[in-house]
Amino acid sequence: MNLGTIFLASLLVENVVLMRFLALCSYVGMTSDVGQSVGMGFAVTFVTVLATAATWPIYHFILVPLGIEFLQILVFILVIASLVQLVEFYLKKNVPGLYAAMGIYLPLITTNCAILAVTFDNITKNYNLIQSIVYAVGVSAGYLLAMVLLAGVRDRIKTSPIPKFLQGTPILFVATGLITVAFMGFAGMIK
Amino acid sequence: MKRLLNILLKGIITENPLLMLMIGLCSALAVTSSVANGIGMGLAMTFVNVFAELVISLFRKAIPNDARIPIFIIVIAAFTTIVDLVMKAYFPELSKAMGVFIPLIVVNCIIMGRVEAFAYKQPPIDAIFDGIGMGIGYTWVLVGIAAVRELLGAGTIAGIQIMPEAFQPILFFTLPPGGFIVFALFISLNIWLNKVQNNRAAAKEAA
Repeated sequence: MNLGTIFLASLLVENVVLMRFLALCSYVGMTSDVGQSVGMGFAVTFVTVLATAATWPIYHFILVPLGIEFLQILVFILVIASLVQLVEFYLKKNVPGLYAAMGIYLPLITTNCAILAVTFDNITKNYNLIQSIVYAVGVSAGYLLAMVLLAGVRDRIKTSPIPKFLQGTPILFVATGLITVAFMGFAGMIK
Repeated sequence: MKRLLNILLKGIITENPLLMLMIGLCSALAVTSSVANGIGMGLAMTFVNVFAELVISLFRKAIPNDARIPIFIIVIAAFTTIVDLVMKAYFPELSKAMGVFIPLIVVNCIIMGRVEAFAYKQPPIDAIFDGIGMGIGYTWVLVGIAAVRELLGAGTIAGIQIMPEAFQPILFFTLPPGGFIVFALFISLNIWLNKVQNNRAAAKEAA
């Protein structure tokens, strides 16, 4: 598989939120305004790429040679959790501007299933390191795209007459369903 | 006994993790294109939830407050690994159908949330009942969504033909968009159920 295909497939055809239902908690929770959703999207991108760069070598150079692949779940979640902590400390101390913009989203990211799923996918799909990184960028760009789309729709929902039984959260999922219909159109793009 | 029953029941409707608290959504939508997957996922999650809550509750006095989150993660990850390996060994097809979502139980916010908010502060018996209640609450929603989607999308429930031969399956419902919309209707249903329950309680108080 070439890199362009991997990127487009993970960005549109298999959009992480809309087609694979990952990271829905933050998708519903963090999209009440556009700025917030963009901040969250970039924070996730940053951590996903870092997590991929960290877990891929750990799996192939430590777990496989020792024959302890079954510890994958435990090791990956701990690596991601400690990575998030380290990034938080580093940003706080050295890049306070970025920390102010991204900091509040970081603790939420540890339990963002999209990141963990990407690290597992890289292993099950047998990607090499470069492919894994491209895949990670594609998936998180897809996440950012879905977040911004829903945040935009939510702005419109605020001023629209919503049927009473759908008010509140249900309408968000109806709207997401409709966005997803549009995304189904991308399915034919990649063979 | 009544207290334990209440703990068990609140997970099913009033504090239903999926429909009221809006957590643990990812797996709920992804695996519900068929009833068999829904049941499998529900059982797997219930198992991890009950045992994680039990273990944390047993050791709640020994776990230092500052290090509690990493410890929770390790305990949950251990039980998730057990489920993952058991499923791969005995139900390879089910395990394949659910793919990455079994390992992802580890970041299921329901379990983390219950461990932090309930098991860490309550005795083991209560924690077991809370775990089972939340597990049932999660499973019934999964099976319910899956039943609607499978019935409309394939004309079957758990693989058994229900709809008459002439029924043209509406593929839309087994695809992702159908999942979102059926889920929206379930939330709506649960809000209504809650309202009915509250009204009844209010009427009883007034009488």
